[in-house]
Amino acid sequence: MTGIVALYIFMLAAFTGYEIIAKVPVILHTPLMSGSNFVHGIVLVGAMVALGGATTPLEKAIGFIGVLLAAGNAVGGYVVTERMLEMFKSSGARKTGGGH
Amino acid sequence: MDDVMQAPGVASRFLVIDISYFLTAALFIMGLKRMSSPVSARSGILWAGAGMLVATLVTFLYPGMSNFELIIAAIVVGSLIAWWSGKKVAMTDMPQMIALYNGMGGGAAAAIAAVELYRAAFANAAQQPAHHSTVVMSLAVVGGIIGAISFSGSLIAWAKLQGVLNRTVRFGGQKFVNGLLFLGALAVGVIVVLHHGADPLHVSLIFALALLFGVAMTLPIGGADMPVVISLYNALTGLAVAFEGFVMNNAAMIIAGTVVGSAGTLLTQLMAKAMNRSLANVLFSDFGSGGGGTATEVKGSMKPIEASDVGVMMAFASKVIVVPGYGMAVAQAQHKVWEMCQLLIERGVTVKFAIHPVAGRMPGHMNVLLAEAGVPYDLIADLDEINAEFETADVALIIGANDVVNPVARTDKSSPIYGMPILNADKAKNVIVIKRGQGAGFSGIENALFFLDNTRMLYGDGQKAAAELVNAIKAVG
Repeated sequence: MTGIVALYIFMLAAFTGYEIIAKVPVILHTPLMSGSNFVHGIVLVGAMVALGGATTPLEKAIGFIGVLLAAGNAVGGYVVTERMLEMFKSSGARKTGGGH
Repeated sequence: MDDVMQAPGVASRFLVIDISYFLTAALFIMGLKRMSSPVSARSGILWAGAGMLVATLVTFLYPGMSNFELIIAAIVVGSLIAWWSGKKVAMTDMPQMIALYNGMGGGAAAAIAAVELYRAAFANAAQQPAHHSTVVMSLAVVGGIIGAISFSGSLIAWAKLQGVLNRTVRFGGQKFVNGLLFLGALAVGVIVVLHHGADPLHVSLIFALALLFGVAMTLPIGGADMPVVISLYNALTGLAVAFEGFVMNNAAMIIAGTVVGSAGTLLTQLMAKAMNRSLANVLFSDFGSGGGGTATEVKGSMKPIEASDVGVMMAFASKVIVVPGYGMAVAQAQHKVWEMCQLLIERGVTVKFAIHPVAGRMPGHMNVLLAEAGVPYDLIADLDEINAEFETADVALIIGANDVVNPVARTDKSSPIYGMPILNADKAKNVIVIKRGQGAGFSGIENALFFLDNTRMLYGDGQKAAAELVNAIKAVG
């Protein structure tokens, strides 16, 4: 990947992120923040490669902490987002479900 | 490493990895898009989750990797702790949990930067040639600084909302000290970049200064503003991940990180706007630091009322608007409140919930809490929809909300909350306020609503008061 290609990716992704959020109702702000928090858990793949290439004890120690934290970000972000979104049901869906 | 790259099968492995990362980026974007509508939101997280799974699994194929036992151990331990804590956390504590997970992401980005920078520093100290360009080194440094700030700042935000850290630390010249810490981290970063890694001590100094800055910047910010700050750190972590993505030459990280960075920046602005504050105001002002004595005195008295009278009043009303606040969630009263509303609906009363953008601890948090209690989302109206309706409401029931219904925001220019959009509960024929005691709200400002002629105070714990109201309505028969 050349520098200019990376820069194009950067620009297009920035516009994409802006467009995704621009028209979101307030009721979804918290779940969406949580969802985007999960998405940057992708740092896990970078941390895995960093630890995979680590040679000295110091590099291994830092890499290990990095993978540990990144896995926590990804899994924790997923669990709490899923729990929140699970509760979003309309009154119609509720009645057919028969629970309430 | 170089001979590994020429081994047979490496090209096809990279192809598989590239295609999988491409798929992951697409799944992330479509997942986030689905999460932006209540109808499809649930499937959105599943799509994004599938993307993450694909990316993680395929990364094990990365050529030249070793330390697999360490990688797997770290993933297992990190995942188990996060899984357990994420399942266990109460819905009311969700904001600080998001802060914690976000801080972990920032820390991971900083760790990647640290591995790369220490390697460069030790190579430089041993007089070996540099293997990163100046551009890559700069991105590693900037991403590392941002990640470290997000890490320590998020931890402080978590500690504050969790109640572990109650003090809001402020001292003279604080902004000056914070500025010095930040510029110091940048300056050392420039030295490291210019000297191809310089030496390990300089690298350590960058991270130490950035971590300190994150702490120092977050400490003076009050609890009420914390959601905006958490959202900001979320965006910063995204940016840090994108920068480290450039360093690792990893398109999935660049795309996902940048999308979160820009989406998070917009979300932060929306939140700040909902609180009628600019971002700069949240970060650098001394709001709620105890001044505020200039606000005009509120005249009149608070008039108490019994639950049985409120029950009768609501049972024979044609329209009741409930205004819930974070206090309701703290008292775990949302289930009882919804039970009460169901009784009213059975009697033919029109019931609506009016949600202020910052009800709860962050925008949308109250909707999550009401959804947890079983309130359908079509009974929940936001500020713009509901404000015209208060005039036709017989009863506005305020439970656990305070500043968001304070009419001085409309009238008193000297008040710190002047100009903040509020719910016009004072326009209802009768206003009932369920409140534990006579104290002021989160901002420490006296609420003029409580002293109006059409307002009655129902004192007591939110859950107990709601239970009393349920019985009172049942007693009406």
